[in-house]
Amino acid sequence: MDILNAFIALANFVLIPAISYGSQLALGALGVTLIYGILRFSNFAHGDTMAFGAMCTILVTWLFQSWGISFGPLPTALLALPFGILGAIAMLLATDRVIYKFYREQKAKPVIFLIVSLGVMFVMNGVVRFIIGPDDQRFSDGARFIMKARDFKQMTGLSEGLAFKTSQGITIVTAVVVVALLFWFLNKTRTGKSMRAYSDNEDLALLSGINPERVVTITWIIVAALATIAGVLYGLDKGFKPFTYFQLLLPIFASAIVGGLGNPLGAIAGGFVIAFSEVTITYAFKKVLGYLMPEGLEPSSLVQLLSTDYKFAVSFTILIIVLLFRPTGLFKGKSL
Amino acid sequence: MTLNAKNIALFAIIGVIFILTGFAKGPNAALYLLNLGLISAILALGVNLQWGLAGLLNVGVMGFVALGALATVLISMPPTVEAMAAGGLRVVVALITGALVIIATVMTSKRMKPGKKRTFTILGLLIGGFFLYRFLFDPAVAAIEAVNPAGTGYLGGLGLPVLVAWPVGGLLAAGAAWVIGKTALGLRSDYLAVATLGIAEIIIAVLKNEDWLSRGVKNVVGIPRPVPYEVDLQASDTFIANAASLGFDNPVVASTIFVKLCYTGLFLTVLVILMWLSQKALNSPWGRMMRAIRDNEVAAEAMGKDVTKRHLQIFVLGSAICGVAGAMWATMDSTLIPTSYNPLRFTFLIWVMVIIGGSGNNWGAILGGFSILLLWDWGEQLGLWMMQALTFPLAEGVWLKDHLIHNAPHMRLLMIGVVLLLILRFSPRGLIPEE
Repeated sequence: MDILNAFIALANFVLIPAISYGSQLALGALGVTLIYGILRFSNFAHGDTMAFGAMCTILVTWLFQSWGISFGPLPTALLALPFGILGAIAMLLATDRVIYKFYREQKAKPVIFLIVSLGVMFVMNGVVRFIIGPDDQRFSDGARFIMKARDFKQMTGLSEGLAFKTSQGITIVTAVVVVALLFWFLNKTRTGKSMRAYSDNEDLALLSGINPERVVTITWIIVAALATIAGVLYGLDKGFKPFTYFQLLLPIFASAIVGGLGNPLGAIAGGFVIAFSEVTITYAFKKVLGYLMPEGLEPSSLVQLLSTDYKFAVSFTILIIVLLFRPTGLFKGKSL
Repeated sequence: MTLNAKNIALFAIIGVIFILTGFAKGPNAALYLLNLGLISAILALGVNLQWGLAGLLNVGVMGFVALGALATVLISMPPTVEAMAAGGLRVVVALITGALVIIATVMTSKRMKPGKKRTFTILGLLIGGFFLYRFLFDPAVAAIEAVNPAGTGYLGGLGLPVLVAWPVGGLLAAGAAWVIGKTALGLRSDYLAVATLGIAEIIIAVLKNEDWLSRGVKNVVGIPRPVPYEVDLQASDTFIANAASLGFDNPVVASTIFVKLCYTGLFLTVLVILMWLSQKALNSPWGRMMRAIRDNEVAAEAMGKDVTKRHLQIFVLGSAICGVAGAMWATMDSTLIPTSYNPLRFTFLIWVMVIIGGSGNNWGAILGGFSILLLWDWGEQLGLWMMQALTFPLAEGVWLKDHLIHNAPHMRLLMIGVVLLLILRFSPRGLIPEE
C-alpha cells in the first residue's frame, strides 16, 4: 500500500506535471530546431512568437465567450486555436517577406540573422504588450479537472490523491497528435521530404529542382502552428503572461541543443529531458520517501535538491554538460 | 573616429536633445539621464569590445551588470557582525568546499581515462560533494537569515569605500565570464549566446533567492555614496554661500544638481579612461590580430594564433567592463533591487546601442549608448503622442481610444525594434561605421 501511495504521490507531483511541461517544451523546441535546420539560424524571437500566437488565440477565445460559444467541458481556446494559428502564420510570413528575405538573398551570416531576430523579438514583444498588456491573463474555461484528488481517493481508497488537470490531459493528447502529424508530414509527403533534403544539403536540393522559397514558406507556416499550439497549451496550464514566454526561451533552446539542433526527434527528447530534470530536482521528496522508508527513518527535511526558483539553473547545467561532452547533442544534430 | 561633419553633427544632435530634455523635464532629470547615458556608453564599449572586435555574441550582459551591483553591496555595506559570527565562517567553508568539489570533478574528468570507472567516480564526487555542501551550507544560512530579518538578515559587506567596489565588480564579472567562456567558447557562436543567456538568468536567480548574500527580494537600500549627501550640503553654510554666489538661491535644487554633477565627473573619468584604453587596444597589434581572427578564423589559426584563447581573453575583458558599469549603476541608485533586472533592458537594449552606433567603432558605441538611452527614455512619451495623434479622430470615451492610449507606453519596445531593423537593413554598419 505504501509503495502504491508513494507512486501516486510521485505521479501527482512529478510525472504528470513533467510530462505536460515536457510536451510544451518539446513543441517549442521543435519550432526552434526546424528554423535552425531550414533557415540556419537561432531564432531568438521564438518565445515571443509563442506569446503572439497565444495572444491571438486568447482574443478569439474572448470573442467566442462573449458570443456564448463554448466547447463543453473542454476549454473554448481549443476552438479558437485555428484562428490563433492563422494569426501567427500571417505574422511570421509577413516578418519573413519584409525582414528575413532580404538577408537570405544577401546570403548573410547566421549571426546576422540572429541579431535580426533580436529586432523582431523587440517588435513582437512590443506588439503583444501593446495589444494585450503585460499582465496575467486567464482564458481557460470548461472543466478544470479530469480527475480530482478527492475522487481518486474515494475511488481507490488510497490516502494519496491523484489530480489530473484538463489542461494537462489536453497538452499530452495534443502534443502526441501534433508530433505524429509532423513526423508523418516530414517523412511521408513530398513536401516534407523536400524540406529534409533542403536541410541536409542545400546545394543538392537546389540542383534537384526544389524551390527554396516554397520550403522556407512552409517551414514558417509549420513553425507558426507549433509555436501557437505550444504557447496556448502553456497558457492553459500555467496562465498567460508575455514575460514568462520570453523567459521560456532558455529552456526551449536548452531542449533543442540538448537534443541536437536541427534534429526534430532530438528536440522532443530534449524537451522531456529538460522538463523531467527541472521538476525532479526542484521537487521536495519528503512525502514520497515518507511512504517508502521504514517507520522512524522518515526524512525530517524537505529532501529538495534545489529550490524551485533555480529551475533555470537546472536546464542550464544540463545544457553545459551536454555542450562539454557531446556538442552535437544527444541525437546527432548539426555541429556547424 | 574621423572628425567629419557628419560625426560632429550626430554628437551635436544628442547634446541638443539633452539640453531640450533639461528644459522639458528639469535639470535634475536631465543630469540623471546624462549619468545613465555615461553608464550606457561604458556598457556599450564593453559589448563592442566583444562583438565589434571579436564577433562574440554575449547576451548575458544583465548578469555581469548584476554581479557588479552585488560587488557594491559586498564591499561597501556595513558588516552585520552578529550574522558573521553566527554563520559567516561556515558559509565560506561551504562555498570553498563546493568549489573544491567542482575542481576535483574537472580534474578527474581530465586525468582519468574515459570509461565506466571515470563516470562513476565523477558521479560519486558530485553527489557526495553536493550533500556535504548542503550539510555545511544550510544551517549557516538559516543562522544568518535569522539575525534581525527585517533589518539585515544578511552578511553585509566589508564597509570599505564604495569606489573600491567598481574594480571589484569588474573582477567578479570577469570571473563569471571566465567560467562561461571556458565551457562555451570554441563551440558554435550561437552556443555562447544561449550559454550567456542562461548564466545571466542564474545570476539574477541567485541574487533573488540567496538572502544571506544580497537580502534577496527584500532589496539592499542605502548603499554608501562616493559623493556628499544632499541633506549635508543643505546644512553646510559654505555650500549655500557658494551656490548663491553662482546664482542658485534654492539650496535644495543646488544640492541635488551638485550631487548629480559629482557623479557625472566620476563616470566621465571612468568613461575617458576606458575609452582611451579601448582606442589603444583597437589600434594596437593586439587589436589588429583580434580583427583578423574575427574576419577569418581559419587564416588566423594558420598564422599560429590561438583563437579560443584570444576569444576567452576578450570575452573576459568585455564582461569586466560590464561589471564595472553595473557597480557604477548600483552606486548611483544606492540600491540593489534584484527584481529590477530585465533582459530586455539590461542585455538586449545594450546590443541595440552597439549595433546602431556602429559595431567595431568605439565612438559609435558611445553615440549608440547615448542615443538609444534617449530613445528609451522618451519612448513612452513618444508612444503616447503618437497614439494621441492617431486616435485624434475618435471621440472621447471610445473603448479603442482608451485602450490605445492606456497601452501607449509599450510602444517603446516596438520603436526600439523598428529602429534596430531599419538600421540593420539600410545602414548595417551603424551610424559611425568601423574604419
